Amino acid sequence: MLPVDGIPTKEDILAKAPPAERMKKGAVAMIECWQEIPCNPCVVSCPTGAITMEKLTAIPQIDFDKCIGCALCVAACPGLAIALVDGSKEDGDRVSIPYEFPLPEVGETVDCLNHEGRVVCEGTIEKVVHLPAVNKKDKTPIVTIKVPKGYALQVRFFKRR
Amino acid sequence: MKTDVLVIGGGPAGMNAAIEAARAGASVTLVERQAHLGGQLVKQTHKFFGWAEKGAGTRGIQLAEEWSKAVEEHENITVMLSSEAIGLYDDGAWMIEKEGKLIPIYPKKVVIAVGAQEKTLPIENADIPGVYGAGAIQTMMHVYGVLPGEKYLIVGAGNIGVILAYQLAQAGAEVKAVVDVLPKLGGAYWVHVTKIRRMGIPLYMKHTVIEIKGTKWVEGATIAEIDEKFQPIPGTEKELDVDTIAISIGLSPLTDLMYQAGVELIWIPELGGLVPVHSENMRTNKPEIYVAGDASGIEEATTAALEGKIAGAVAAKDLGFDVNDEAIEEWKKELSQLRDAPLLERLRQGLHKLHEAAKERGLQ
Repeated sequence: MLPVDGIPTKEDILAKAPPAERMKKGAVAMIECWQEIPCNPCVVSCPTGAITMEKLTAIPQIDFDKCIGCALCVAACPGLAIALVDGSKEDGDRVSIPYEFPLPEVGETVDCLNHEGRVVCEGTIEKVVHLPAVNKKDKTPIVTIKVPKGYALQVRFFKRR
Repeated sequence: MKTDVLVIGGGPAGMNAAIEAARAGASVTLVERQAHLGGQLVKQTHKFFGWAEKGAGTRGIQLAEEWSKAVEEHENITVMLSSEAIGLYDDGAWMIEKEGKLIPIYPKKVVIAVGAQEKTLPIENADIPGVYGAGAIQTMMHVYGVLPGEKYLIVGAGNIGVILAYQLAQAGAEVKAVVDVLPKLGGAYWVHVTKIRRMGIPLYMKHTVIEIKGTKWVEGATIAEIDEKFQPIPGTEKELDVDTIAISIGLSPLTDLMYQAGVELIWIPELGGLVPVHSENMRTNKPEIYVAGDASGIEEATTAALEGKIAGAVAAKDLGFDVNDEAIEEWKKELSQLRDAPLLERLRQGLHKLHEAAKERGLQ
């Protein structure tokens, strides 16, 4: 459980997940922000106004229909708590995460880890892009991993072989 | 040497105090013990929370660069590096030791922003090579490019402990375990914890280190689960193959200089232990002394910077310089917004005690 050991339960994760219908239409942001902390870069980074917040210490709310899956919030979030999930492709789901480690090669096969750090499936690195955070001098690498269908909500990290 | 405002400490609080006092027109001398400005910001490679409009999302190391540049470029500020304030003399001299020489400084006002020290773990062998404060390891990695070991045990799962675990993983080291005596996460932001959990770094709550192995250096450690009275439960021991142990069990304000100068200190555990009684304007019972940052109570860099701004501006104002009062009120508002998070309940209790104490003493 999050308050005990930093691992979200299945219910925690589902509560943050975009509806299946939306995921089928293409990449969409999933904001795994659990605590009311004084922070708003995701709101400011969003070009469509999909992410809103009542006050600085509120948990961000996202309108999944307004989200265009641009990943700017993924790069902006200081907590590295946002991932893009995409269930629109037949050959597998896509997950895009911020990645502050030596970068993998496109096409590389990796072991995909879930919120507990357990290997749940194999994945392929599909794309690596560098997007600006709020501080434009800082570009954060965003890695897109192709995972088997149905794994978009669980895969949040990967291990190189 | 004479100066309007002497700022002791070149971290986020001290740098901002210097900038604001200088902006108001005061002559400022900033002394810093290290050979560079930045304080603990140089250890903070993660992006900061806060208002995006005011620099959130910027990494601590970038803030250190921006603020040191502003300090160094300001014509009213004299920076003394590798210089340590060692005491206040009867004639009003603040003695600075720089490379073996003693330099007396006679300031009209002093902002003490000397930060904090890491708490140590009272356990046998805690003094052998391989046992470090978490901050020491961060300094070795980020300032000197040295990774002191390969396999780590981190004691304490607060923000510093979990951020260190992430940084060590980035540096290619193996973190065998993070342990904490609490039954559940205390002060750490959950997002910092989730970052290390999804990488597979083990976290053992309700656990502590009971043995550090080795004679000349660390050759391993034993951890065990603890009961409600914090006593190890027999049979729960786990042996860890580690060569380095990082201690991150909390910080306490550095109050020696304040004590010597007659600043009143009170015991507020929620703020890290002994803290100087001070008002929202960062004034103390000594009219010439102001405090800011972790030295005034343990928080974090964003609040330290705001406290520094307030201390620097108020010190200049008290010297008769023209200061924008609205800006000071705005910084106070920002501080209270940052402290408004539910996670910070304990901090707010500590600050409440502090403000009551300041009120009783009539500190403005």
